[in-house]
Amino acid sequence: MSAIGKSLKRLEDKPLLLGQGRFAADYRFDRQLIMRVVRSPVAFGRILAIETEDARAMPGVVAVWTAADVADIPLIDFRMTRIKGLEPYRQPVLAREYVRYVGEPVAIVFAEDVYQAEDAADLVFCDIDEGVVHLDATAPPVEFMPETLPGVLSEPAVITKAYGDLDQAFAKARHVVELEVAVGRHTGVPMETRGALAVHDPNTGVLTMYGAAKVPHYNRDAIGRMLGLDKGAIELSEGHVGGGFGIRGELYPEDVLVCAAALRLGRPVKWIEDRREHLLAANHSRDQVHRLRAAVDDKGFILGLEDEFFTDQGAYVRTHGGTVSDLAAALLPGPYLIPAYRVNGHIRLTNKTPSGTYRAPGRYESTFARERLMDTIAHRLGLDAVEVRRVNLIPEDRMPYDRKIDALGTEVVYDAGKYQDLLDKTLAHVGYDQLRAEAAERRSKGEHVGIGVALFIEKSGLGPRDLVRARLLKDGSIEIITGVASIGQGVETIVAQICAEVLSVEIEQISVVHGQTSRIEVGLGAFASRVTVMTGSAAQIASRALHDKILVAAATLLRKENAEDLTLLDGMVRLRDSNTTLQLREIAEQTPEIIEAEGWFHADHMNYPYGVHVAKVHVDSETWGVKIERYVVGYEIGRAINPVLVHGQIAGAAVQGIGGALLEEFVYDESGQPLATSFADYLMPTSNETCRIEMFLREDCPSPQNPLGVRGAGEGGLTAVGAAIGAAVDDALQSPGLVDCLPIGPSKLHALVHQYPRNPG
Amino acid sequence: MTDKVNITLRVNGKSYAIAVEPRRSLADALREDCGLTGTHLGCEHGVCGACTVLVGGKPVRACLMFAVQVGETEVRTVEGLAKGEVLHPLQKQFWENHGLQCGFCTPGFLMLAAGALEADPDISDDELREVLSSNLCRCTGYQNIIKAVKLAAAEMRK
Repeated sequence: MSAIGKSLKRLEDKPLLLGQGRFAADYRFDRQLIMRVVRSPVAFGRILAIETEDARAMPGVVAVWTAADVADIPLIDFRMTRIKGLEPYRQPVLAREYVRYVGEPVAIVFAEDVYQAEDAADLVFCDIDEGVVHLDATAPPVEFMPETLPGVLSEPAVITKAYGDLDQAFAKARHVVELEVAVGRHTGVPMETRGALAVHDPNTGVLTMYGAAKVPHYNRDAIGRMLGLDKGAIELSEGHVGGGFGIRGELYPEDVLVCAAALRLGRPVKWIEDRREHLLAANHSRDQVHRLRAAVDDKGFILGLEDEFFTDQGAYVRTHGGTVSDLAAALLPGPYLIPAYRVNGHIRLTNKTPSGTYRAPGRYESTFARERLMDTIAHRLGLDAVEVRRVNLIPEDRMPYDRKIDALGTEVVYDAGKYQDLLDKTLAHVGYDQLRAEAAERRSKGEHVGIGVALFIEKSGLGPRDLVRARLLKDGSIEIITGVASIGQGVETIVAQICAEVLSVEIEQISVVHGQTSRIEVGLGAFASRVTVMTGSAAQIASRALHDKILVAAATLLRKENAEDLTLLDGMVRLRDSNTTLQLREIAEQTPEIIEAEGWFHADHMNYPYGVHVAKVHVDSETWGVKIERYVVGYEIGRAINPVLVHGQIAGAAVQGIGGALLEEFVYDESGQPLATSFADYLMPTSNETCRIEMFLREDCPSPQNPLGVRGAGEGGLTAVGAAIGAAVDDALQSPGLVDCLPIGPSKLHALVHQYPRNPG
Repeated sequence: MTDKVNITLRVNGKSYAIAVEPRRSLADALREDCGLTGTHLGCEHGVCGACTVLVGGKPVRACLMFAVQVGETEVRTVEGLAKGEVLHPLQKQFWENHGLQCGFCTPGFLMLAAGALEADPDISDDELREVLSSNLCRCTGYQNIIKAVKLAAAEMRK
């Protein structure tokens, strides 16, 4: 029975369709208290007083805390990409001395009921001496907290990566092409807001936090450290999770606060974020300005590339440390040779909501920058944009290709890639020449229609390890236990398909436990498109080990010396050349000990999926609205465990990319007040702003770095959307280089058109 | 404000006698007082549609309606969609066509679509896309939702 490669229906869906999901807000415990966070109303200032008396006097209020009540809780530390010098910029769980963004937690109210908690929170008064806000990440750095941390500037770090002889490249260059581009501030915005419920069991002494997501094991350890809890005294439990996209499940102040409160108040404590809070408080992302300079020969080949970029990291450096900037810097060269490269990525703080990763972090931005540069080079040299890309692509015979730089602490070595081949096949698939001819024909009749192409490299399968346990239960079903997290992407189904392939059972016979720290001691979680690669590989190894143990157990039951004459097929063990069979249930029932096995998978390097996006857009020259008429994602997946789920990942990601290209932006006024604090202002694509995302999925280049040959599917649908749409809009308006920033909503596009060309000649 | 009012909500054919503040939203009453947590709150300002339920057969944002406004009108939520073990055609098609990923927006989409298809079984594709643009999904990119609803519509017309 083959399960891999089939588009099986998901194991996850039935309870979700019946309204029986268990999302964070659906948990409820007797005697639970509701926590409400009071957030800073101003973007920057010295805290003079937080007045809580009126709130404390409100009905149902049990306690009100400010920073003084949690002074013993340390700053929230980095989970990833710890860079020397970032430490002073970590965020406290409640603001101390200064507030640095609108929405920063300054106090928390505990009450019997959510309505009472909100009433009381409204009465907390924040007496803040407002300072001068700093909102421009490209402006010279200012002091982070002038009075308490004098001399500590708002540039925590500069990430520098380099290889090759850049000076020589520019000395040899026939052309030097410069370009400045910007990607706006937007983020994941899962449909479920964040939430957490902490319960302390006085009998066992164990504190359990429900509502965990993404990285439960890391967060368990981090909260334990922050609250001084012994190992085993805290567990995290994941229920259903309403979308992650990188931002959900990182350790935030509220997670620590509910745990501290459950311990100190002796009652379960529940916190559910509202949407306004979410837009103010959960990680923002993107928001980079890139200043590129390329040394180019007459064919458009890039001899050397230099980039100075600025990441607006917001008010503090949160759990991701330097991750977003690190990834932008490491993957900017993309699928191209570029023999010499130097990048300085400035991590800059401002008085905006702190940033972290959002699906394709650093790559959406750097792909926009690099691909817009390729289009600019083509235009300056009078060459075809696709041809310029072709002359720069890393040829297949150079694989594996060592970039000689690192990303997330691993060496960037492209594992395998047929870039030219995928580009050719994708363009043939879309009928590129005809598509361009049709667009030109429509333009000749006065319509604004254009085609854009953008290439990208993704990364997936971040290690260093993963553990899966597999067990035959007494009823003959299989239980898989993993420390991975499900954020809605279909983890259970994918892991079950990999296991089912090995054990020759239906996926419905397999249950997959995830996100429960009490069930398995190791778990790295769900991020960086790592689950299918890492957990999937570990699941295959564990399943094979379980397979062998089942046969050994069956051999014992059948009084055979060894298991060589036994096969496991269609859920039962068969003895070769006989009619003797044993059901899995019979084996489990008749074997005294539990039959279980484990699988570890280790990886020192990530693998690097790649793809091609092709966009066809229509621009309305009266409204300046951009309509996407066709969108195709060519993607090398290595091996698709479940093609429909891969398509789902690609399509969902692409639509998020469309949001970032055309709609979504966190805008601030000059005093640092956020102007996008509801879904009326933070606009996400609806079914009207999208088109069908066509997937051109290829399995031409399996990754040699894992036993399944898989590459991650989570992010590649998003990576090149801004770049492809930017190029298509340029083409539609026959204005090369027009789109140098995202998002391009109608008013922005109107402004760009009327300023064009900005650099005549 | 905090004086409670006794009301009886009729939800999915059952009666729930509850005491609520006049300001209590229908969504909170369904979730907290009736224990029907299938109705989700995604924004609490009427944009995302995750809390969509049918009130008198019409799709309503349960976050924007007060429980006391419902009166005698029948409320239908996602919990009432399947008939015992038999899934509603919409549920079935969402499952078969990967119309959900995280599943948080799904109850709202199911109820929105159920309301639309009951009001107009022959709804055109364009009208359907327009109706479905009432709600937000962040995972699927919508195409499988649209596909699932179209297939369910065809199945329901049979």
